[in-house]
Amino acid sequence: MRAAAALLLWCAALLVPASASAADPRLVPDVSSRAIDIQYSFTGEELLLFGAILYPGQRLPDDRADIVVVLKGPVRPIILREKRRIAGIWINADSIRLRTSPGFYAIGSSRPIDQIVDERTAAIFELGLSNLSMSPTGFSEAKTLERFEGGLIDLYRRQGLFYQNPKAVEISEGVLYRARIPVPARVPVGNYRAETYLISKGRVIAVASRDVEIRKAGFERFVALAAERHGFLYGLTAVLLSVGLGYAASAVFRRR
Amino acid sequence: MDLYLPVANLSVNALVIVLLGGGVGFLSGMFGVGGGFLTTPLLMFYGIPPTVAAASAATQVTGASVSGAMAYLERDGVDLRMGTVLVVGGLIGSLIGAGLFELLTAWGQIDTVISILYVAMLGSVGTIMAREAWGALRLMKAGLPPPARKRRHHPMVANLPLRWRFYRSGLYISPLAPLLLGVGVGVLTMLLGVGGGFIMVPAMVYLLGMGTQVVVGTSLFQILFVTIATTMVHAMTTGAVDLVLAGLLLLGSVTGAQVGARFAQSVRPEYLRLLLAVIVLLVALRMAVDLFIRPDEIYTVQ
Repeated sequence: MRAAAALLLWCAALLVPASASAADPRLVPDVSSRAIDIQYSFTGEELLLFGAILYPGQRLPDDRADIVVVLKGPVRPIILREKRRIAGIWINADSIRLRTSPGFYAIGSSRPIDQIVDERTAAIFELGLSNLSMSPTGFSEAKTLERFEGGLIDLYRRQGLFYQNPKAVEISEGVLYRARIPVPARVPVGNYRAETYLISKGRVIAVASRDVEIRKAGFERFVALAAERHGFLYGLTAVLLSVGLGYAASAVFRRR
Repeated sequence: MDLYLPVANLSVNALVIVLLGGGVGFLSGMFGVGGGFLTTPLLMFYGIPPTVAAASAATQVTGASVSGAMAYLERDGVDLRMGTVLVVGGLIGSLIGAGLFELLTAWGQIDTVISILYVAMLGSVGTIMAREAWGALRLMKAGLPPPARKRRHHPMVANLPLRWRFYRSGLYISPLAPLLLGVGVGVLTMLLGVGGGFIMVPAMVYLLGMGTQVVVGTSLFQILFVTIATTMVHAMTTGAVDLVLAGLLLLGSVTGAQVGARFAQSVRPEYLRLLLAVIVLLVALRMAVDLFIRPDEIYTVQ
């Protein structure tokens, strides 16, 4: 997965104009935490993506450059089902498979994406919720596909798993940028990538990225791992816990 | 107080879950139902994924029925022989249910089937109970003595071959009848995350014709072992049992069950049955309405 992302970024780097040389600006990005630990009181977190734009010779360009930050979670295959009214009741009718649907995707920018880049560039760099490539499989019409993707985006936006904010990035003095990205409690665990794009005159002139790991820690990690790997022992623990608590309550109440 | 659920992958308000468990536990102690038929829909309403809700509800029902079953065992209110036959049927049923669960999930219709099953079961059981309890209450109000209860089982049951004596229940019937009943309820336990008490209790009274003093205790006894089995099956197949969620539910429900069992002693059984019937019908109605109105979420991810 990480290799694929690296390859993608490398391809993206190729698309950055060939004039890329020492004369081009560089990005020095960072994130407020390299790893987010999910523990008992985790109700979500805010990740701060920040950094500096290094212009050669410390000379600021005449026209304004824009920054776009993207935080993307691991992709996984999903089946997306759509309910329809059949004989009066709402049941799952159509479904499509998406092979590379990200479990989390947040994008923040200093201006609305469509004012920063044209549609083609946005599609190439997957900037914006409508530009995510989710690799649908099987045959379906473009219109159907669009409807399903719209449904997924709407669903995930309301759950906070997809996030788009055209005012999230704040650039100070033309060289420092910062953006806050909210991470909800139901975020999937895995390796995330925080990418920063420097865009000027509709062209991406610098790309840089940082890895962020979101993982369960402590007791929560132990429980989740046990549930996954040791089903029998885990089930036995659950049974003993419930029987034990039930017995204890019974004993306590009998004494009264 | 927010708490993160490691298997459900979201955080919940711990107090709400404990109170939910407490309320359900109260009902379970009072009526001898597991209360899963309330826990599962309420958890789903709270935003817990359906599979996790059903699996963790089964675990919670185990705890609620331990304290209930113990309370009845002390009072000699369990027919152990009948209970064992029901449990064997339940184990067979939970395995059948696991197969069905997988099949329906792959087909994408598990949610709809769950809803329709809920509406059909709760609706019919609730209606029968309500009618019966209402009739009994009217007689009581009129000052008439309740009619001598016909202690007779259904003719279909009487026609089954092979007869055993169930002394505590006061029955001489074929064990096949409770075995089949157990299988049916076991399937429901696996699919719906319910203990099945709301079907078991009326079936024992109206189909088998069991003596009322052992009905609730025997039902709890059966629920206890069948939910243990389904918890294990869920842990080993779907992996959807959330220990933290189950623990929170348990904290509330084991206490609630004790209080409920005591409370039941001080209320006339006619009122209890009418109340249970109303609750069952309300849940059925709510599920039925949800089937027909446009759902909040048209799209679901699997």
